[in-house]
Amino acid sequence: MHDLAIETHGLRKEFGGRTAVSDLTLSVQAGEVFGFLGPNGAGKTTSIKMLLSLTMPTAGTASILGQPLGSRAARAGIGYLPEHFRFHEWLTAAEFLDLHGRLYQMEKTERTAVIPDLLALVGLADRANTRLQAFSKGMLQRIGLAQALLNNPRLVFLDEPTSGLDPLGRRLVRDVVNGLREEGTAVFLNSHLLSEVEKTCDRVAFIRDGAVLETISLADFAQGSVQVTLRVGQPTPQLLPDLAQFGSAVQWQGKNGRIHLTLAQESQLPQLAQWLIDQGHTLYELTPTPLSLEDRFLQVIGQPERVEG
Amino acid sequence: MTTLIIAQLTIRETQRRRILWIVVLLALGFLGLYALGFHYIYAGLQENLPASENRNLFVGALVTMGLYVTNFLIALMTVLMSAASVSGEIESHTADTLVTKPIRRWELILGKWLGFSILLLGYILLLPGGVILISIWQSGLPVANVLPGLSLILLQGLILLSLSLAGGTRLSTLANGAMAFMIYGIAFLGSWTEQIGALFENQTAVNIGIVTSLIMPSEALWKKALALFQPGFASSPVMAGPLAVTSQPSDLMIGYAVAYMVALLALALWSFSRRDL
Repeated sequence: MHDLAIETHGLRKEFGGRTAVSDLTLSVQAGEVFGFLGPNGAGKTTSIKMLLSLTMPTAGTASILGQPLGSRAARAGIGYLPEHFRFHEWLTAAEFLDLHGRLYQMEKTERTAVIPDLLALVGLADRANTRLQAFSKGMLQRIGLAQALLNNPRLVFLDEPTSGLDPLGRRLVRDVVNGLREEGTAVFLNSHLLSEVEKTCDRVAFIRDGAVLETISLADFAQGSVQVTLRVGQPTPQLLPDLAQFGSAVQWQGKNGRIHLTLAQESQLPQLAQWLIDQGHTLYELTPTPLSLEDRFLQVIGQPERVEG
Repeated sequence: MTTLIIAQLTIRETQRRRILWIVVLLALGFLGLYALGFHYIYAGLQENLPASENRNLFVGALVTMGLYVTNFLIALMTVLMSAASVSGEIESHTADTLVTKPIRRWELILGKWLGFSILLLGYILLLPGGVILISIWQSGLPVANVLPGLSLILLQGLILLSLSLAGGTRLSTLANGAMAFMIYGIAFLGSWTEQIGALFENQTAVNIGIVTSLIMPSEALWKKALALFQPGFASSPVMAGPLAVTSQPSDLMIGYAVAYMVALLALALWSFSRRDL
């Protein structure tokens, strides 16, 4: 149980008659960077709010760091950078961190030791005594990130952490996330930027209509899946169903006679070529391209039925 | 502990946003003006009215007016400073990073309540307290029951504070402020109905006043406080005119007001603990 940072079973949230999240069932390992992907309105925000006990689930169970959801013990070990970060802007950066450190019940000596380091980490060491009202959006997000790391957390929730940041800021977030992974801290990352997720996450969950459709490991994904574009002379109607034995997402690509399909393993390519020739097809084109997370996202989110990951 | 941190934060916010200093500065201005006015009026009275009984009537009227205005300002400021405190932090999501800390949500509301209560106490000591001090200093005439009277003004403020914090857990800032002022206004009107009813011995009007005082006891507390400060003057409609306390709220009403305030505060703590953010 305790090697799981997050474990949820059938978390559900209804607002009035509307179901925002129908079934959130997932587990995040300790020390893993976990991406949470889905289209707008999929229930991502409500899911995160439930995990942070900002919102109470209508049904289901969950534990955070082995503690029951909503308990103070669970919250003691987490850090959180909200998407809509708004802080007490009349505080200086150092005062702001000190306040949140006190709310984490950190001792004064601990706070004075940690705060300068965190300010330096997020590149705001020279702004310790500047009030937050003078901060830019990017600076606010960075001080928010420092706030999420105050208590040396074992699980950090980052909700769209790079949305307001310039490339340097994004790089900083990525470095922080990598640093957390090295320290064995789990990160729950909600982001629209699939390229960011691809660079930082160990696993990702795809969520749509308030339910987890599929969870994939990015390491396996990067090694395995390839998208293949192929073109044959005089394709028969039976060709498409037959190709399904090799891979998934088989479809005509526009009117140019090309077919797209996704192979789980690159090693299937020679078999596919051999089979096409054996079947008497004239093969004009067979182009493998590594599948991007965006391709996979569109494949999974586009699926009408739920797939067990 | 968390409660104290938030109380401190609440007071610091009024300092940093310069609310505290503006209030203190203007209060000092108000008191200066009151002292000046009192001084010249009293000097004139001593010249023109040799009989001290007649002078006392005017002094009573001056003190009553001063207390009436400052009491009203206290009620107004209590709602103004607290109406946005909870709803604003919910709307702006400032609350999100606070309640996800290992704290109990109700501690956040109790901390705000405590912080505002301390400010409220300061304002009361400064404004109605200042009016009383100036009156005694200028005229040498005592004001009766100073501590019990100021305590009732404080209780009135605490009721409005608890109402506005409770409302803030569910209503938008504007709706909350409007709600608090409207309820205060109803109590105001009900209390006047009661006083005028008592003057003309109309029991129905008195009962209407008592019922509104049960709905919102703020104005009953002010009437009781005034009756304590100025026992002779305030109880006489001939002398005190519309401000007279002909139907004095009972001690039971004070007990009810304490229970009412505690219930509102409990509602605020419970409501914020239960809501989705």
